Amino acid sequence: MENGNNMLGIGLLSWLVWLPVAGGLLVIALGDARASLARWVALATALVTFVASLPLYGSFDTTTAAFQFVERAAWIPAFSATYHLGVDGISMPLVLLTTFITIPVVIAGWKVIETRPTQYFAAFLIMEGLMVGVFAALDSLLFYFFWEAMLIPMFLIIGIWGGPRRVYATIKFFLYTFLGSVFMLIALIYMYLKAGSYEVTDLHRLPLTLTEQYWIFFAFFAAFAVKIPMFPVHTWLPDAHVEAPTGGSVVLAAIMLKMGGYGFLRFALPIAPDASRELDTFVIALSLIAVVYIGLVALVQSDMKKLIAYSSIAHMGFVTLGVFLAFDIQTATGDLRGAGMGIDGAMVQMISHGLVSGAMFLCVGVMYDRMHSREISDYGGVINRMPIFGAFMVLFAMANAGLPGTSGFVGEFLVILASFKANFWYAFLAATTLVLGAAYTLWLVKRVILGPVANAHVAELTDLDGREFLILAVLAVGVLALGLWPAPLLEVMQPSVQHLVEQIVSSKLPG
Amino acid sequence: MQAAITLQSLAPALPEIFMVAAICVVLLADVFAGAAARRITPTLTLVVIALGAALTILHAQVPERVVLFSGMYVADPLGTLLKLLGFLFTGVALLYSRAYLEARNLLKGEYYVLVLTALLGIFVIVSAGSLLTLYIGVELLALSLYALVAFDRDSGIAAESAMKYFVLGAIASGCLLYGMSLVYGMSGSLLLADLAVRLQGEASLGLIMGIVFLVVGVAFKFGAVPFHMWVPDVYQGAPSSVTLFVATAPKIASFALAFRLLAGGLGQVAGTWMQMLSIVAIASLVLGNVVAIAQTSLKRMLAYSAIGNVGFILLGFVAGTEQGYEAALYYTVVYVLMTLGSFGVILLASRAGFEASELDDYKGLHARDPLLALIMMVLMFSTAGIPPFVGFWAKLQIFQALWAVNQMALVVCAAAVSVIGVFYYLRVVKLMYFDAPTEAPRGFAHRGVRFALGLNAFAVLALGLLPESLLSLCAKVLS
Repeated sequence: MENGNNMLGIGLLSWLVWLPVAGGLLVIALGDARASLARWVALATALVTFVASLPLYGSFDTTTAAFQFVERAAWIPAFSATYHLGVDGISMPLVLLTTFITIPVVIAGWKVIETRPTQYFAAFLIMEGLMVGVFAALDSLLFYFFWEAMLIPMFLIIGIWGGPRRVYATIKFFLYTFLGSVFMLIALIYMYLKAGSYEVTDLHRLPLTLTEQYWIFFAFFAAFAVKIPMFPVHTWLPDAHVEAPTGGSVVLAAIMLKMGGYGFLRFALPIAPDASRELDTFVIALSLIAVVYIGLVALVQSDMKKLIAYSSIAHMGFVTLGVFLAFDIQTATGDLRGAGMGIDGAMVQMISHGLVSGAMFLCVGVMYDRMHSREISDYGGVINRMPIFGAFMVLFAMANAGLPGTSGFVGEFLVILASFKANFWYAFLAATTLVLGAAYTLWLVKRVILGPVANAHVAELTDLDGREFLILAVLAVGVLALGLWPAPLLEVMQPSVQHLVEQIVSSKLPG
Repeated sequence: MQAAITLQSLAPALPEIFMVAAICVVLLADVFAGAAARRITPTLTLVVIALGAALTILHAQVPERVVLFSGMYVADPLGTLLKLLGFLFTGVALLYSRAYLEARNLLKGEYYVLVLTALLGIFVIVSAGSLLTLYIGVELLALSLYALVAFDRDSGIAAESAMKYFVLGAIASGCLLYGMSLVYGMSGSLLLADLAVRLQGEASLGLIMGIVFLVVGVAFKFGAVPFHMWVPDVYQGAPSSVTLFVATAPKIASFALAFRLLAGGLGQVAGTWMQMLSIVAIASLVLGNVVAIAQTSLKRMLAYSAIGNVGFILLGFVAGTEQGYEAALYYTVVYVLMTLGSFGVILLASRAGFEASELDDYKGLHARDPLLALIMMVLMFSTAGIPPFVGFWAKLQIFQALWAVNQMALVVCAAAVSVIGVFYYLRVVKLMYFDAPTEAPRGFAHRGVRFALGLNAFAVLALGLLPESLLSLCAKVLS
């Protein structure tokens, strides 16, 4: 479907990639002397980009699994790499999530960021463009290009505007993710030399022996498992989250982690389906460890951001669990539609987690801006002074715990349901998240929000201003809408997920 | 065998002929202009370089390989490209250096003459058709560089590093010459084209012996491990403007030396030198990148980074395919472009009495001089091999070339080492952007020079976003 080229001969997806980048450069050019103008330019860019991204949903053809809004141009003929963009039902929601989340991020930094504000906004805008590029790239070299380039703004965001241990955290973040990605690059080059192309679809079709698939799977696994992150390579995330400024944490949790999940769906599974089938128990085991063990770890955190960071890892365990359940379900029931259920759940979980964790970090940011502390013990009875904020916080905490009616429920429910089809014990362990998730989030709420006013600092708190109310309200609407009526999202994904399932259940072994 | 020499037939050698004449002109102009020379010579040199580049483009281009002077001299598209790059990089290096030299009372005519003779040496290597021409070029370049490193007469550390460079360089030249004599003895010819024909099949022990010495010479000129000892000392000890020059244009010569000698003359017995070179390459990668972490001086850190990057260039030769040579050429060009920028930043950040050569001098550079910090950040990320900057494609090219010949171990090793390397490039960014500024003077530089440096960084970004032009150019001149 070549409906990509519209304005000025530039396709919609290209606009979504390069418009924020251009906006970011403009913001930098304005300089800190004109910071207030720069803020408005940044907000305008984020808003325009989001509005421009809406047609992705509006004109999306939900009857096909083919890539839509496709753009293709020669880029590096020497490597037969093309500038090839396009979205399907798996990447389109993630693109929308990206363009959407950037708006609250920009607003959240409006007043709080006082040092070098223009660079702050510019970094987020440029990163937005690069992240859209990651989700929209259909050429694996282009994908890698965006995937790595995106590390630079994040590195700077944590390093410049982060907390006291920001240097340690940001270098750890960079090196960890870079190390993982390098192995992916090696695998991509290997396949390029075999297939003669970096096109994702060509790589999907490339026959590979089981040994090759193992190596390639592990190379991808190194990249995506670090990014998502899975136990035991998750240790960079709590550090990065704790030290990052609020906006950085939001983008990390809401979007960057999703790239790992997206990578599994777009690369690891369809390119190495047989290896994925052989190794699915391994991945499922790690996912369940993340769900149970990391859930327990979250329980004992004394730092709010760290607690949410660990809860993110546990939630991402659900994503990898849902994705890799497909093989067991297919073996157990032979039902392809049922096999897609885990992937559906994983996708909903990713979108939902994007909204919920983003909102949770924004809530912590709201409190941190007032108290300059993230320690749970410094708080207590916040709701007495901040009733509106308290209501929002409770709502998002419920969503984080997976309460029915919120978006958190849909994804977890689908994944647990799918795991029942595969193996009772998977379902049993996965379901502990309902207990653990409820325990750590509700306990957090109890200690921070509820109860009597804990100390003099809390007594001086003021409730949300209009700006903060606006961003939390928008996210709350998103969380509830997705929780009460997930059908539009599921509908959009359906053909692509089904196509993916068909791809991964058919062997790629030659001969 | 050859027709009579006419002016027309000499055209391919125009760059060298022009350079010899130009060196004499600059030297004489400098002598006769006296005190006014301070202003005339730098400008005249830049004019000469521009003129030389223009002449090379207009009259010295050859569609294919042309041999002159009974095979001693070779002109081919690769040579033309390398000479043009030599002009370009030298010109840019001189442009960046002027304010630095002026501030330290080093702005003397000899400096420019020595740079031009070094450039001539590079050209001779680039166009060498025989072992002797190659050796003459190597010596011409090396002697000019020794003198340049010692140019600041009053600096003890500069004199010491020049001494080290000279002694070690002399030994390496000796090795090179000895290796050449052995190869000549085994083959009976000095012409590289003849060597390629005569040296085939199983290499004899004598030949291997000769090749060992040649590889030592080549590795020394590159500054590859274990013949890298001079690199950190020279980079640190020499005046920054000289370091800038030593670190950039001569790398082209090193590439040409390796390409003409190993890939050209000894291409049919590649198995012998490839094995040696792969050990040298891996050792350089590991040592360069690991030791760079421990440095406190930026110039020394960049020296070890150079050693690591040379490892990458050599890996292109280890692949031993056309793709591998292409990758090595591309890597060399890209590396020199990036190094020009990063030493340019050092020059522009410094001023009289403040060398800006320590890492700590860059603390909070962002607050003092945002443009310079931005440029340095771009260059550091690029050298680390992170997209969207051009350094990424250079590494990718090398990986691809190695994978294509199934050197998986080398690919994985190089990739892992490059991750280690990222750490110290990030540290520079950390110092500039994350640390509080220190009380350091702001560098002084002409606006035009700052603009040129900005353009240099922009080229690193632009070639990273759209790498095709340079990639296909490298492929074209080698095919």
